[in-house]
Amino acid sequence: MRSITGALIGALILSLGPARAEDKLKVGFVYVGPVADYGYSFQHDESRKALVAALPGKVETTFLENVPEADSERAIEKLARSGMGLIFTTSFGFMEPTLKVARKFPKVRFEHATGYKRAANVSTYSARFYEGRYVCGKIAGKLSKSGTVGYIASFPIPEVVSGINAFMLGAQSVNPNLKLKIVWVNTWFDPGKEAEAAKALLAQGADILTQHTDSAAPLQEAEKQGRLAFGQSSDQYRFAPKAQLTSIVDDWSHYVVAEAKAALDGTWKSQDTWQGIKDGMVVLAPFTNMPDDVKALAEETKAGIVAGRIHPFRGPVTKQDGTVAVKDGEIAPDPMILGMNWYVKGIDDTLPQ
Amino acid sequence: MSLDIVQMVLVTVVSAATPLIIAAMGELVAERAGVLNLGVEGMMVLGAAVGFAVAVETGSTLLGAVGGAGAGLALSALFGLLTVGLAANQVASGLALTIMGLGLSGLAGASYVGLKREPAPHLHIPVLSDLPGVGRLLFGADAFVYVALALVAGVSWFLWRTRAGLTLRAIGDDHTATHALGLPVRKVRFLAVLFGGACAGLAGAYLSLAYTPFWAPAMTAGRGWIALALVVFASWRPLRVAAGALLFGGTTVLQLHAQAAGLGLPGQALSALPYIATILALVLLSLGRRQGGSLAPAALGRDFTPHR
Repeated sequence: MRSITGALIGALILSLGPARAEDKLKVGFVYVGPVADYGYSFQHDESRKALVAALPGKVETTFLENVPEADSERAIEKLARSGMGLIFTTSFGFMEPTLKVARKFPKVRFEHATGYKRAANVSTYSARFYEGRYVCGKIAGKLSKSGTVGYIASFPIPEVVSGINAFMLGAQSVNPNLKLKIVWVNTWFDPGKEAEAAKALLAQGADILTQHTDSAAPLQEAEKQGRLAFGQSSDQYRFAPKAQLTSIVDDWSHYVVAEAKAALDGTWKSQDTWQGIKDGMVVLAPFTNMPDDVKALAEETKAGIVAGRIHPFRGPVTKQDGTVAVKDGEIAPDPMILGMNWYVKGIDDTLPQ
Repeated sequence: MSLDIVQMVLVTVVSAATPLIIAAMGELVAERAGVLNLGVEGMMVLGAAVGFAVAVETGSTLLGAVGGAGAGLALSALFGLLTVGLAANQVASGLALTIMGLGLSGLAGASYVGLKREPAPHLHIPVLSDLPGVGRLLFGADAFVYVALALVAGVSWFLWRTRAGLTLRAIGDDHTATHALGLPVRKVRFLAVLFGGACAGLAGAYLSLAYTPFWAPAMTAGRGWIALALVVFASWRPLRVAAGALLFGGTTVLQLHAQAAGLGLPGQALSALPYIATILALVLLSLGRRQGGSLAPAALGRDFTPHR
């Protein structure tokens, strides 16, 4: 009996001890899609799981999935009201609602993914996806036999356009004559339409597909027709073991853990974070379905980006209309990449405005 | 474009139109009986989830399709109970059904995300399927496509060539009068709702078993709503629904091909094209035949309580 009481008191003291110094941090996540999409929202939820694993007993997490952008203010406010200390809002469209709620709850810290507006209690974070696309472009430039690559694009926003440009620059560095066929599907997620776009591109002679939409349908179509393709957001090898070359995987884990730690230590401050392959925020899935020399080139490109030797937008970069965007030897400044609304030379498509 | 590419494009047009035709045929029958079920999207997405789950568990595409149709049917039974049985508001119940279907499908499909299976088998008749230009189009599709065609013919025949079809249409036009004549208004409406649910579920199963053979939450991406709109714009006529679905599927596919071919047309305008073309065509068609009054079943969406 005494030992039980002793243990109880001990547990009480233990729980009072460190918990008093800094209460358990409640962390909320808001996702635009379902956590089971095996893509964008899935990867964000992986970071939440990593947080729970990295700081056991110190954090308590909650998430809201399938939150429509138009209705997100209510969802974010609900989390803020329920005593969250740190809230991650993970879609571009959550930007204004996040700022609005942040004004009402100045003590709650917010983290908005892929946006550009900050406040005293709102940080932003995003990944340099274009670095991954540059590596993909090199692989495609080496592997395409028909000399035509198909690109399934979602919406003409800078993130997508800079991805297309980086891919093309990568491809041109190994095959200056490579042609890129771009199809805009005007959706982030519609398996049927993405599959139709893939079929159209393959019928027009593309032998490699890449996509900036979220479903595995284009990969599956490539697999079915015996062509090659790149995955998106998460490793989609399981859908197309014979077609996937690599996949650009978003890994938010270490960032989310670091920010939660900072919030616990009291060192959290509003800032902008934009990381790439070097920091592990952009990860390339294993290089598969390619010969060893191409694999070596891909690894070397990746290592070059990590070391800073290679930058996708190192000059000279020429725009589609022939004007020079980045001079020889210079590197495109971040604001230029973040606001990119023009194609590089060699892309035969009109950018929807 | 070579003959083979033309055929390939036509095959994709048909496969894009198939889910719309199947779902819209079911909704057409329900609406002809006077019940507006706005839950097509929900029943469809649940059909996609359950159909895929059953197919994975049993290894049979046929059982998957049956499971998908059954899931749609079960959800529509709930809707029928509320609206036909308890005379609840059809619009509100239908919207609730969509929300519920989206949620339930996420739950039912949770452990099947990320799995893949072979697409539904395609018909293959030795000589016919290999005919150049038309073989694959006419004799090489999967079973869902032929089911869709059979549904169009069957629904047309049923509604305009059988006594039961006449009864159903009469109930959809005037439930008070048909009730006074002794016709089983609520029974017919309930059965029509069930048929609509089974069709929506089957259309969903087509998506996850044949069109893009995997399950992903919300993979219907609004097709249920398009099927609903098609029924209205086709003025509740099966052949026009099929034509509208083919036109919609056709413009969707063709605009993607136009982009891939590099015709240099703006992407957003092309994406809007299927909607504009389909609405215009079907509205013009309806105007031409219009003989005063609305083309909608007169009692569409109105509650019926026999004893009041």
